[in-house]
Formats: sequence, structure tokens, C-alpha cells
Amino acid sequence: MFDLVSFIPRAIIQGMPLLFGCTGETISEKAGSLNLGIPGVMYVGAMCGVIGAFFYERSCGGADLNPFLAIMIPFLSCLVGSLLMGLLFAVLTVTLRANQNVVGLAMTTFGVGFGNFFGGSLMKLTGSSVPSIALSKTSIIFSKALPFAKDLGWFGKIFLSYGFMTYLAVVIAIIAAYILKRTRVGLQLRAVGENPATADAAGIDVNKYKYFAICIGCMIAGLGGLYYVMDYASGVWSNDAFGDRGWLAIALVIFTLWKPNVAVFGSILFGGLYILYLFMPGSGMAVKELYKMLPYVVTILVLIITSMRRKREHQPPESLGLPYFREDR
Amino acid sequence: MSNPIKEPLLHITRRKEMPAKKAWAIRIGAIIASLIVCAIVTTLTTGLDPISVYGAMIDGAVGSSRKVLILLKELAILLCISLALTPAFKMKFWNLGGEGQVLMGAWATTVVMMYLGGVLPNAVLIIVMLIAAVGTGAIWAMIPAFFKAKWGTNETLFTLMMNYVAIQLVAYFIIVWENPKGSGHVGIINQAGREGWLPNIGTNSYWFIIIFVAIITVGMHIYLQYSKHGYEISVVGESQRTANYVGIKVDRVIIRTLLLSGAICGFTGWMMVSGSDHTITTTLAGGRGFLGIMVSWLAQFNSIAMIFAALLIVFLEQGAAEISTSCGLNQSYSDILTGIILFFIIGCEFFINYIVHVRKSAGKEVA
Amino acid sequence: MRNITKTFGDITANDDVTLDIYRGEILSLLGENGSGKTTLMNMLSGIYFPDGGEIMINGEPVMISSPKEAFDHGIGMIHQHFKLVDVFTAAENIVLGLEEKGKLDLEKASEKIREICDAYGFDVDPKQKIYNMSVSQKQTVEIVKVLYRGADILILDEPTAVLTPQETDKLFAVLRNMKEDGKTVVIITHKLHEVLAISDRVAVLRKGKFVGDMITAETNEQEMTNMMVGHQVELNIDRPTPVDPKPRVEIEGLTVKGPDGVMKLDDVSFTANSGEILGIAGISGCGQKELLEAIAGLQRVEKGTIKYIHDDGEVEDLIGKDPLQIAEIGVSLSFVPEDRLGMGLVGSMDLTDNMMLRSFRRGRSMFTDRKTPKALAERVVDELEVNTPSVSTEVRKLSGGNVQKVLVGREIASAPTVLLSAYAVRGLDINSSYTIYDLLNQQKARGVAVIYVGEDLDVLLELCDRILVLCGGKVSGIVDGVDAEKRQVGMMMTKLGGGAANE
Repeated sequence: MFDLVSFIPRAIIQGMPLLFGCTGETISEKAGSLNLGIPGVMYVGAMCGVIGAFFYERSCGGADLNPFLAIMIPFLSCLVGSLLMGLLFAVLTVTLRANQNVVGLAMTTFGVGFGNFFGGSLMKLTGSSVPSIALSKTSIIFSKALPFAKDLGWFGKIFLSYGFMTYLAVVIAIIAAYILKRTRVGLQLRAVGENPATADAAGIDVNKYKYFAICIGCMIAGLGGLYYVMDYASGVWSNDAFGDRGWLAIALVIFTLWKPNVAVFGSILFGGLYILYLFMPGSGMAVKELYKMLPYVVTILVLIITSMRRKREHQPPESLGLPYFREDR
Repeated sequence: MSNPIKEPLLHITRRKEMPAKKAWAIRIGAIIASLIVCAIVTTLTTGLDPISVYGAMIDGAVGSSRKVLILLKELAILLCISLALTPAFKMKFWNLGGEGQVLMGAWATTVVMMYLGGVLPNAVLIIVMLIAAVGTGAIWAMIPAFFKAKWGTNETLFTLMMNYVAIQLVAYFIIVWENPKGSGHVGIINQAGREGWLPNIGTNSYWFIIIFVAIITVGMHIYLQYSKHGYEISVVGESQRTANYVGIKVDRVIIRTLLLSGAICGFTGWMMVSGSDHTITTTLAGGRGFLGIMVSWLAQFNSIAMIFAALLIVFLEQGAAEISTSCGLNQSYSDILTGIILFFIIGCEFFINYIVHVRKSAGKEVA
Repeated sequence: MRNITKTFGDITANDDVTLDIYRGEILSLLGENGSGKTTLMNMLSGIYFPDGGEIMINGEPVMISSPKEAFDHGIGMIHQHFKLVDVFTAAENIVLGLEEKGKLDLEKASEKIREICDAYGFDVDPKQKIYNMSVSQKQTVEIVKVLYRGADILILDEPTAVLTPQETDKLFAVLRNMKEDGKTVVIITHKLHEVLAISDRVAVLRKGKFVGDMITAETNEQEMTNMMVGHQVELNIDRPTPVDPKPRVEIEGLTVKGPDGVMKLDDVSFTANSGEILGIAGISGCGQKELLEAIAGLQRVEKGTIKYIHDDGEVEDLIGKDPLQIAEIGVSLSFVPEDRLGMGLVGSMDLTDNMMLRSFRRGRSMFTDRKTPKALAERVVDELEVNTPSVSTEVRKLSGGNVQKVLVGREIASAPTVLLSAYAVRGLDINSSYTIYDLLNQQKARGVAVIYVGEDLDVLLELCDRILVLCGGKVSGIVDGVDAEKRQVGMMMTKLGGGAANE
């Protein structure tokens, strides 16, 4: 019997890091910047959060953590780290007009290295024998479920049993979708991604929009990394554990056709596919790897079908990946 | 009557050309600057003396003849992937799928090695493995190319996704082939009989890899520079309209080029399984599919310049492996250094391609 | 506008132009291609900044350094190439870039758009996506966009070039409504009947200079044509008598539609003979490009036939063949396209490699032969006096004239039997132009059927043996080059059949 009540919460916590990453990448792509550095950014975001939490826990010694500081310190360090990555991407691709793909991939190399290197350094500091850092105290605060979740049976389990960042992910995605679709800023941002020359002629500061979109996108994506460590992984950082989730987030952008509100469900679907094997009776360890392939296969199919149908709304932003240089007109 | 003309503070224009010497001076300057930044970062994050870290790295990379051989082998593999991706890039086709293409080549090699090992004579076996690897890699690259040529499907995203399909496929087979069961590894394949292993020269078969890649480097250089195909690739990359004008079939060139690109990636997979690793893991390509893109791009698609670009990256990686033991830093440190160096080199291209005019303090006067 | 001068490099686009525009009038700005009309108006709308002279509005000198500032002065321009985001709706495009207070209220904007539409008689659905629109609808959106921003002066750059006659009538009706409302309209055009149909006043530019202006009601097509084309200038281009002309390319009922479904060529028929230069005259965008590309096998043809007649009388149909197939059936066809660096040559390759574009397939070897193209490049450089450091210089680094010499040199090197050339001397200095004329004449003497699309009537009249005049994709007539008159051709370009030319 398929246990939906325990499946859905697990799918959701699997999906949320992707949702953060996807929302961030969507914002960036809507402004015409294909940021393939997102996987790196998520690593950096996660690591900065871990560093913040690690030193705060240490400074408290054995004492109880102040819940507010325990959340704010990792949260802010994560945002700052991801912002710096965003600025790096923006300076190189917007101001210095370097190729977005090359910069993005370099950032991913850098970011993953950053995460693993400092992860290793912190492990040395703890002197522990296992190759991981456990920040369980911080994690408990991060993943604290809503108080009345336990009293509401299956409803509570499916909807209320998560840490605050789960709700934050959904809220950010919905706000992002709203801003992109319904506001002036969103309209102008999309114009920059579709046709920067037209946006420029209409008096929109193309570079400013790109900078903001990239930086905000990276900050949101960085939170996905933080969520992964603090909530999903219960505060345990081990090197390379984050895996290919960053790429999955980029796949999700395509799968949801650049719509963060759709990504709320898309991320849960992807998360579900990722853990489906656990709930499929009789499937061996091997088949699990094939299930993990599904999100990518589905994304490729979406990519192919949309390009064949040529429905304009479903195409990537028209100037995605292209630098804009006014004198080139 | 005079009007002050409003001019932006910084005015950027495209540079017509820059003497090659000056361009290289800028690039080398960028590398030196990046090494200084790396040194500062090293000191700040680890408290170690950067000179001794660099010293340890050099020692780690080329400190002994065995290390040099390993360095050369690693160089050959990265270079081979970079060379494979280059014709596609020259055509402005973003093949981010090198990782997957290498892995599929390795997978096909492994399949043949496992199931036909001992059945066929070793020489025949190795050749069958080679054919399987090249073919599988080529097909893996051809799929996105086909959709690109026919429907304009975005190849950047498509090839990227194909990597993870390949990784999961290999992950599946690794568990199927697990040896011993439950270990999550395939283990060394055909260890006893060495069926499907490239013969040793000395204690290993690295020299084969190095020689193969040297041949491919020269071959690719000739292919791109002097063959009709190479010429067509350049024309398609520069202007599809011109290509149509002279009757070059763009679709065909795209598919043909990606077949080649994937075939060489598959070949790399074959070399790695048959000539060096003798096993398969999902991290076999280990990000080289992406590093290869950067090598190719840094070398501006020049096969010979790619040797040096690849050497720089491999040197860092091998060096960092050493300092992870001697200075107690971890292996990932090389990724950070590679990242910093890449950012500098990528950034410096701007100053080669553009001129920045700073506005003179007073506005220009117009009569 | 007072004493406006604008130069681009060596080319003076506007030379000391003074132009007055009055409130509440429709002014036509008339001139041939390249006479500087658009450049002049671009300075008014903030795209370019004049090198000299000043702009005054209501007697006040003003600085207009961006389209935004132009809007602030109530000036809005509708360009030939629309600046619209395809996946947005009309309303979204119209409000794009506006800094209104409050949240984005597309309903309110749509309301205002409907008001504007009702006031002037437009037909725009604010919710329709741009990519679903016809060219004329897109143009309407552009006009509404300008009006939405409260423009008082509207500049339209050749608005009718992309419209059908019915759509043109609709546009003119709208423009008249706007005039009634006190708005000023400037319409850039080179179509005389439109000038007469719509404008109150007409100002004429020629070769960047202001020639004169007059009240439309007090002038006629003849006078305007004269002002526009100027007096016939003696150029002393050679025109040897064709030797033994025989039909080489026969075109019958050729019909071509553009990508947006607009008719580009409509039932065009003519014959190009060997040993003569057939000129194609016409206002730009009248189907010249499509005609040449159709012959070269680069354009999808709706209807009609293109027949190539070999020396021995054998006939080949060229329709449905791509350039390679045309070459394979033994038809040696050369094409000097309008877009030299974007189509004819590869800018980032050197001279030798560009010579190879046509010939690289030769021979069985897998490898390209660079010796022959190098020799060819050297010969072209030598014979056509191409000014280049060496044959291994990238062609984009050469000046316009030298680029053209390289392109023409390559195209004639293959000993063609048909030579198509589009605007072969555009942007070239006098000497280079004469080199090109000589080359064309040499080809003619070799018995090549040369088709020369040109824009300078003086050149066409002196160089070509016969001139085919296109007007709106239709054949307006074919005249004999020797005794054709400039005015007559000018009239045929603007009006099918030339009308008044026969009076």
C-alpha cells in the first residue's frame, strides 16, 4: 500500500531546496542571464550558513542557543555569501561581458570547491572522526514544526510539519511569480530578458535590472543550500552530499516553463521522483537510480516538446545567454 | 553658440584589434594577478605561508617522474575532452554534455569488457570496446544535435540534462554490476586476466593515453584548420546566412560535428576505463566535461593553446592533491584556486576586446 | 531645426539642414534612399545627437539626447523596425518603461488605450500578443505607444512600406484624425502619391542637403520628382554595345511572399540576356532582394518559373534548387549580395579563406586547398587594387570599398554566366565605384548576363542596357537604358506604369 501521508512530506522536504534554486534561477533567466553557477551558489550559500551556525554554536558552548540569533546568523551569512557570488557573476557577465556559460561553470567549480574545502576545514576544527559536521542544535530550531501540527493527524503531517524555511520557499516562489507577472518591475525585467534593445529604447536601465535579477536570484538560490543543510539534512554537513540538486533546480526552471508558482508543485514532484523508490515495493537499489533519472528525462521531454510546438510563451527568454551591448545594435 | 554634450562617464567601445603580443601580455598579467590573489586567499583562510603552499603544489605536480607521468596522463584526458568539445563550440553549439558523453563511452566500454572479456581475444576485445565507446558517445551527443538542427531546441540546456541522464544510467548499472555486492562499487574489472586492459608500458598504460591524445591533438588541429569540414564548421559558426549563401547544409554540419564531438568524448571514456581506471564510477568524468569547456574557451578554440590551458588546470589539481596531505588542506582547495584563476582570465578578455574611454573632466565643446 | 549637420565617419548624412515643422500640420519629408531623411528625424527623436546645429521647440533651444528626453518634449518616432517585445501583449508593450506611480494596472492602461483608439479610429486589442499581430497591427501599437505617452509630434519613418493599400488608407485616415486633434505629423516617404494624398506641406532632401519645401496643394508629382532626383548628372560610365545578346534567364510570373505573408514579388516576368546589363530600379524594399535571392536559390518561391538557358539552347528550371544544386547542374551563377559581411563574406576570416567560400568543395581530398584561393586572393588584390596589408588580413578590417572589391573579385573569378549584384556600389567612393562599373562591363563583354540592382538612377541610366523598374513588387515597366529619361524612371518607381510619364 502506497503510504501517501508519509510520502508527501518527504517529497516536500526533498523538493524545497530545488524550489529555492529554481525561483532564483528563474528570476535571473527572466532577465536574460543563464546562470549555470547556481549549483555553486547553493553550495556557497549552504557553507556560509554552516560557518555562521558553527561559530555561533561554539561561542555558546554548552549553553542553549538564542533561537533568534541561531536563525539570523546562518541566514544572514548565507545571504551575504550568495550575494557575493551573484555580484561576481554580474560583474563578469554584465559589466565585463564575459560569456555566461563559461562564467557560470567556473562559478560552479569554485562554489563546490568552496563548500567542500571549508567543510573540510571545519571538520578539522571539530576534530571529529566522522567526515561531517553536525549542527543539530541550530537544525532543531530551523526545522521546528508548527506547534499544533501533531494534533491534526494526517492534515498536520502533510501541511504543517515543516520548518519555517519550507513555508518561506513557497512564499518566495509565489511572490516572485507575482512580481514577474503582475508588477511594473516584473514587466520591465522580462522585457530586459526578451529584448534588451527594446527595453533600452523604452528607457529601462538594462544593466541595473540584470544586476538586481542576478544578485537577488543568487540570494534566493543560496537559501536552498541553507535549507538543505539545516532542515533536510538535520544540520549535518558532509562534503558532496548536496550532490546534483543545483542542476536539478535548473532543470526545474525549464520543466516549469519559467513559472515559480508552478515550481512549487514541480519541486514537490521532482522531490517525489527522487525518493519514489523508497515507496515502491520490491524495487531494488539499482532501480532507485533510474527513478532519479526521471526528473531529467521529463525535463528533456518538456524542452523538446516546447521547441516543437513553438508556442511563444513557453520558449526560454529570447535573449537568454546573450550579452547586451548597446553599441552593437 | 556652444552646447555641452552629455557624455556618460565611462564609454565603452569594441576594439578593432589588439596586437597578439599585447593580448597575451594581458592574459599572462591576469594569471599573475590571480596567483597573487590566490596567495592572499590562502594566507587568510589557512594561515599558511603561500610560498610554501605553492612550493608544495609544484612538488606535488612534478616532484617525481611518477608524478610527472600522472600529470601527463591527467593532462591528456582533460585535453582530449577539451578537443572533443571544440568543434562544437567553434560552430557556436554549446555542448555542455561532455560529462555525459565521456561517461556513456566508459559505460559502453565496460559493458563490452564485462560480457565479452575472455570470449574474444584481447586485441579484438579492445577494438570492440573502442568501437562501442566511440559509437555510444557519438549517439549521446547526436541526440541534442538532431533536435537542435530540426527544431532549434536549446542545446545548452539539453546537453546539460543529458549528463545527468547518463550519470543515473551508469549509477544503475554500477549497482547491477556491484562487486562485491553491497559495496556500491564495481571494483577493478577483469583484474585477474586483464581482459580488455590496454597493455602496459612500464608499470601502467598511461603512455598509450598520452600518445593517443597527442595524435588527436594534432589531428584536431589539422581537421579544424585544413579540412573541408573544419572550414564548414567555421563558416556555420560565424554566419549561418553565409553558409546558406554558399550552399552549406547547416543541419547536416551540426549533426556531423556533434557526432565527432561525442565520438571523441566516448573515446576518452574508453581510454579511462581501458587504459587507466579499469573500473567505472559515476564520477569518472569528474567535472572534466565542464573544465574542458573552459579549457577550450580559454584557448580560443586553438588546439595547441589548449595544451597549455589544460596544463594549468591539471597542474593546480595535481598540486592541490599534494598539499592536501602535506599542508593538511583538502583536495577541494584546487577547485577554489582554479575558480579564482578562471575568473581573472575570463574577466581580462574584456580588456582585450573593448576599450574603456573615461570622460575628460570638462564636457566637450562643440562649435 | 537649424543648420543640422551629422556625419558618420567619412559620410555626411546631413549637411547644414534647416527645417521648420509647424503645429497641427502633416509634413512629408521626401527624398531618395540615403538622402538623410531618417538620420535627420533620428536626431529629433533622440537616437542620434547632431554634430552641429541646434533644435528649437516653440522657439526654445532644446537638448535631446535620448528617446526619453524626446518624449518629454512631446516628440515620438515610429521606426521602420518596430521596438516591441514579441511575447508581451499590446498593453504591456505600451506601458513598458513608463514611470507611473502606483501598481501596474493593465486594466486601467487598457482603458486608456481604448480611449486613444476610439479618439483616432485605431483598432487595437490591448490583450493581444504582439507575435500574433500583422505588421500593420504592430505599427498601430507603436503609434498608440507614442500617443499614450502624450506625444504632440509624431514622426513616422516610411510607415507605408510594409502596408497594403487598404491598410495605408486606414493609416492615413487615422493621421488626419490626429491632425484634427492638433497633433503634428511628420511622415518620411519617397512615394509621391502618398505625399499628395496625406500631407499639407512637403520638404525635400537630396544627398543630405535640404532642397526646398512647398505647400503640397501647390505642387505636382513632376516638380517633386525633379527636386528629389535632381538634374541628370553626367557620369561618363562606359556602355559598350551588347554583343550578340541571347536570352539567358527567363522569368515568368514569379511570386514570392515574405515571412509575414506580405507579397514581396507579384507576378514578375522578364528576360535577362547574355552580354547585357539589366538594371533593376525601384524604391528600396520593392522586391529587389527577393528577386535576386529567388534566382540564386535562396528564396522560397510561391509561383512562377525561372528558366536558365544554356548556350546550346538546353533549358533548366532553377525553382526549388538550392545554390549547391544550381551549381551542380552546371549553371555558373554568381551573386554579390547587399549584405556583404553578413552574407557574401565571413568578416572574421581572411581574404584567402573568403575566396574559398565558393571553391572549397573542389577536389576529392578531405582537405581544403589553400594554394589556389591564395593565388586568387593575390590576383584580386593585385588586379582590383584592393588596399590590404596582406591576403591574410580579416576582411572586416578592410574599408567598405575594399570589402566589395574582394567580394566582386571572388564572384567573377568563377567565370559566371549570370552575375547578380545588389547595390554593388553602395557606400563606395568614386574610384571604387568606377572599378566596379568596369568590372561589370568586362563581364558583359564576356557574354555574362548581368543583373544590376541599383539605387542611383544616374548610374543605372548610364551603365545599363535595359532597366526593369519595380514598384511594390510588381514590374512597373522595362525601359531602354540608352534613351530612358531619369524623370520617367523616377515616376515609374513611385507609380505603377509611370502614369504621368506618358502625358
